[in-house]
Amino acid sequence: MSFVSVTNVWQRYGNRSILERVNTTVAEGEFISIVGASGCGKSTFLRMLLAEERPYKGAISIDGGETAVEPNRERGVVFQKYSVFPHLTVRENLIAAESFEKPFGRLRGAARKAAESRADATLERIGLNHVSGQYPASLSGGMQQRLAIGQAMTAKPRILLLDEPFGALDPGTRLQMHDFLLELRDETNMTVFMVTHDLDEAFKLGDRVLVFDKPRWDPDDPGLHGATITYDFDARNKGMPFQDILDQYPSLARD
Amino acid sequence: MRLINHIPARPGAIILAALPFVLIFVAYSVASDFRLTANPQDKLLPAPSTIAETAERLFTTPDKRSKEILLWNDTLASLARLSGGVAISAALSLVLGLAIGLLPYARSLFSGFIAVLSMVPPLALLPILFIVFGLGEVSKVVLIVIGITPFMTRDLAQRVMEIPKEQIVKAQTLGASSWVIAQRVALPQVLPRLISNVRLSLGSAWLFLIAAEAVASDVGLGYRIFLVRRYLAMDVILTYVIWITLLAFVIDWLLKSLSRRAFPWMEAGL
Repeated sequence: MSFVSVTNVWQRYGNRSILERVNTTVAEGEFISIVGASGCGKSTFLRMLLAEERPYKGAISIDGGETAVEPNRERGVVFQKYSVFPHLTVRENLIAAESFEKPFGRLRGAARKAAESRADATLERIGLNHVSGQYPASLSGGMQQRLAIGQAMTAKPRILLLDEPFGALDPGTRLQMHDFLLELRDETNMTVFMVTHDLDEAFKLGDRVLVFDKPRWDPDDPGLHGATITYDFDARNKGMPFQDILDQYPSLARD
Repeated sequence: MRLINHIPARPGAIILAALPFVLIFVAYSVASDFRLTANPQDKLLPAPSTIAETAERLFTTPDKRSKEILLWNDTLASLARLSGGVAISAALSLVLGLAIGLLPYARSLFSGFIAVLSMVPPLALLPILFIVFGLGEVSKVVLIVIGITPFMTRDLAQRVMEIPKEQIVKAQTLGASSWVIAQRVALPQVLPRLISNVRLSLGSAWLFLIAAEAVASDVGLGYRIFLVRRYLAMDVILTYVIWITLLAFVIDWLLKSLSRRAFPWMEAGL
């Protein structure tokens, strides 16, 4: 049942503990929001899911696999910025998501044609077809992030990781991006992890909200203990739990 | 208003830009005129008209013995050495810079070595180069390569390391191998920097070229300047200096327009 399982994960830099005893399991298709104070290790946790960092101990497995040692195509990622390639046009950025796994990073002939038409379809879907020939630097922040999400999805990852993806956007654009992300998610049923500073955003988008905090705190040595998941909220039905319980257990109905 | 907020208008800006050139020319003409009225045989500051005549002669009249126009021969020889040296340096620094910037093992192996190598004064190595490679073309090209490669390599490696980590991670999540990251992500982004490096190092490249030609050569712009120095032929020297400056300026301008045309994404944000 569990698609992503995180088992007893610790992370430390030198003798500074960042995370300790992190355990969680995530089902396929769940949207997990990750919140917490600055420096509580939520970005570290995302980097470990991304396999950019390896856990000090413990295991992170996707669909029963081994803990990965480097980022691979199982994981898609969108950062707050620098997620798209500035030297490629919008369309080439999408094609790159298919061509970079080839030996020379390029597609030729019929494969290229097919990738181009798929890229055009994606551009139509994410509403960037009118700027397909432009370079990312000439796009607005929201358009760049839409492109970054489209690019990550084109590679068809098993899990999608978002590191404060809307942190640099203005409030209006941020709301549009929420709708965009929710629609995209309904279409693909992707498993998503999103780190955010915005609690409203976390509860609006997520099925679950994980809160990272330090359960133990040594006033003489703040770096001694690491953070872990202190709350795991059910964020469906606007954060009110047990709203669907009658669907699961009809016998609990009053008559 | 503060001085920093005074901005020259269009015609004023052009006049200001031309002013230093005009001033130098006027100062030279006056000084030359002074000396020539005192002594018409003076060779130190030939009149601008004399320089123009000499230039015309140098550019058009063939040498009596070889029947060839020496200035063009010198230019071709020097440009061949310069472009050879700069091309080899550019290729070397690109490969090394990408390796150092992307591969931690290559960084450990080379970065200290290149930092030390760039401290060696290249001209001090010139005698060794003459001994090892002889007095022919090779030693001159090698001097340029040794002179500018370490600096270009260090700068390119730095640029590669400045590519945001996010992009490198992103490329990995798209399945790119190290080779694909080097060739599709890093290379295109440092190529504009390579061109500006070439532009910056052309000055040193000319310096090393002229120094090497001055010491041992039988053709070349630097060789000719140091040859006619013996006869105090200031008109020839000045013509050559102006010609070299013009060549350097044109090469720089060509590289600049190439960079602008080849990398449209650089300007996209502006």
